[in-house]
Amino acid sequence: MEHLSGAEIVTRCLQEEGVEFVFGYPGGAVLEIYDAIFRQEKFKHVLVRHEQAAVHAADAYSRSSDQVGVALVTSGPGATNALTGIATAYMDSIPMVVISGQVGTSAIGLDAFQEVDMVGCSRPIVKHNFLVKDVRDLATAFKKAFYIAKTGRPGPVVIDIPKDVTINKCAFEYPESVSIRSYNPPSKGHPGQIKKAAQLLAEAKRPYIYVGGGAVQGGAGAQVTELVRLLGVPCTNTLMGLGALDGTDPNFVGMLGMHGTYEANLAMQYCDVLIAIGARFDDRVISVPNQFLSNPKRIVHIDVDPSSIAKRVKVDVPIVGDVKHVLTDLIAVLKEGNQRPHPDALANWWKQINEWRKPDCLLYTPSTELIKPQAVVQKLWEITNGEAIVTSDVGQHQMWAAQYYKFRRPKQWINSGGLGTMGFGLPAAMGAQLANPDAQVACITGEGSIQMNIQELSTCKQYHTPVKVLSLNNRYLGMVRQWQEFFYGTRYSESYMDALPDFVKIAEAYGHVGFKIENPADVEPVLKEAFSPALKERLVFMDFRTDPSENVFPMIQNGKGLNQMDLPPHMRGLQQVPFENNRDYGNLC
Amino acid sequence: MRHILSVLIENEAGALSRVTGLFSARGYNIDSLTVQTTEDPTLSRMTIVTHGSDDVIEQITKQLNKLIEVVKVIDLNEADHIERELMLIKVRATGKDRDEMKRMADIFRGRIIDVTEKTYTIELTGTGEKLDAFIKALDPAVILETVRTGASGIARGERVLKI
Ligand SMILES: Cc1ncc(C[n+]2csc(CCOP(=O)(O)OP(=O)(O)O)c2C)c(N)n1
Repeated sequence: MEHLSGAEIVTRCLQEEGVEFVFGYPGGAVLEIYDAIFRQEKFKHVLVRHEQAAVHAADAYSRSSDQVGVALVTSGPGATNALTGIATAYMDSIPMVVISGQVGTSAIGLDAFQEVDMVGCSRPIVKHNFLVKDVRDLATAFKKAFYIAKTGRPGPVVIDIPKDVTINKCAFEYPESVSIRSYNPPSKGHPGQIKKAAQLLAEAKRPYIYVGGGAVQGGAGAQVTELVRLLGVPCTNTLMGLGALDGTDPNFVGMLGMHGTYEANLAMQYCDVLIAIGARFDDRVISVPNQFLSNPKRIVHIDVDPSSIAKRVKVDVPIVGDVKHVLTDLIAVLKEGNQRPHPDALANWWKQINEWRKPDCLLYTPSTELIKPQAVVQKLWEITNGEAIVTSDVGQHQMWAAQYYKFRRPKQWINSGGLGTMGFGLPAAMGAQLANPDAQVACITGEGSIQMNIQELSTCKQYHTPVKVLSLNNRYLGMVRQWQEFFYGTRYSESYMDALPDFVKIAEAYGHVGFKIENPADVEPVLKEAFSPALKERLVFMDFRTDPSENVFPMIQNGKGLNQMDLPPHMRGLQQVPFENNRDYGNLC
Repeated sequence: MRHILSVLIENEAGALSRVTGLFSARGYNIDSLTVQTTEDPTLSRMTIVTHGSDDVIEQITKQLNKLIEVVKVIDLNEADHIERELMLIKVRATGKDRDEMKRMADIFRGRIIDVTEKTYTIELTGTGEKLDAFIKALDPAVILETVRTGASGIARGERVLKI
């Protein structure tokens, strides 16, 4: 058997797991590992400019592929810099392994130089973590870490490795399999419950399918589509679920939630049978549970994580299992029993939904003077044929990206939904581009967010990741400004971004192409140029000077119900659309 | 309502802090917690006394089960169970109080396990209420120090918590 140092074991484990890219930043505690990386050729290391970006890049690498993302950081400040990235991945259930260096075992607990209790710091924001104090435990820890990260409800796993452990040697053997007696992620759902769900669907008069990020992560896009087509039922995706069903599918009623569409939110409020698939009834989705439940409905909840079920709302039919498996079984049961919602009831439901759709809640007032941020996203969609991988930062631009780019497939839309991490977009675009070298990758960002990790323009240069950055520059922390406008008497406390840099020069300084766009007429030509073959190999930074007063609509204020949206100007007054909840559907069923 | 959860958990460094961290991070209450390895040295058993609505207890149980090291969780309240807590109490015992103290300990089936000229240390086991009752029965002025373990619990009859 081979005798290897801990550092060599680390690289061998990563190779055994088929890792292609490691995103990281060196430091004293991980120098042995970096030396081992230097001496191997199987995977590449990407040197980011900030550890937070390493984790975001690894995260998006995973989100846009079927791989586990891997990040490597040094002890102390390297490890703490990684925490925001780890929390981001945790909130969105992204499979990831983060390796952090630690001071030598004999120095642990002595406030040694660059010591931080990484296991303690990361505990609340990881699926699991390890401090490996003995080199002989290293290989097993890696095997377990990858297994835990990607099975069940995925999530980040931290492996903290003291420096001496990277130096010490032992016989290396990578375990073929791993079993953890206390960890048995579910796969198949309970057949009886699946039958009940099919039954409920068949009895429904106003059925609705509500799909979350779990369906994207669980690779269940095809099953969601099949279910929707089979039943002809309206379907909504959460911010994290976008792409699970094609955004141009006629049965898709748009995203739901705080900035969801009028029709998607009202359907959520007034449906009578709700199938929740890999979605967790997040507060940004249903607002307040008691309002959401004021209209009685039967709820089927499919999720791999039992603790997500009945956490915020009571559920009639809980189904714990892998969404892909459960949906496959559910579809089979429906087909076998030829169970479908009653066609007349369904037609009535669609009639109602189409009425809600009519005013087009995403309509905005175009302008020939000011660039409308929505228009930029729409143009991007047109020019990229809806095929680009889109990452975003956090703010108004994120919501416009979600509303106006119609995602065609899962894993095409990459954003920080759970934690809402500004600074996510650019490193994420980098990671997605590395995972998909031939894809068009666009990062939709704001002038506030981009400055949180703008140094990654340097990494993009070094590794030739030609992402297209669309900064919707409204000179405000726009989402904050919107809230201040609505809830704080337009007192724009610290939401104005003064002393903005010349982003074109910044882009150029990092060796990229920069454009400043001020005229609506230039939006299309510039986008076309950015995505033209001539600039295919180049990172293009587009600084769109957008209308600073534009707001995101619809919007549901905190504490309000899904049927109490603030609507765009052209729909004001429609607000209280009465839905005849008890409308007589006749003897349809 | 008060619940008593029994948790089998891998006997690994950090496992306990994961459990307590979970309670504090999610705003659940821990009324008491006892933990020790079991007859199988790779496993520890915890008894957690907590309170909350049924929904909260359900979430606590699910969240505990989600921890990688947690092997099994049961709610002892679901069936008959036995609870015991140990208290060591040091009391002033001088003059005629000495006999009185001895008598009290006997009534509560306590044992005097340490004696000095001026003090007794009494060991007492039982339910939390019994220990409370003992404290209440004493004149507060004579109590020098108390230390309690928190409840340990086990199901009655054939029901066992094992892997
Ligand atoms: C790290 C971090 N800090 C603060 C916030 C709070 N926050 C949410 S949106 C927002 C404004 C974002 O501004 P910008 O990036 O310019 O985008 P815009 O809303 O203008 O499109 C802020 C500050 C956050 N989400 N993340």
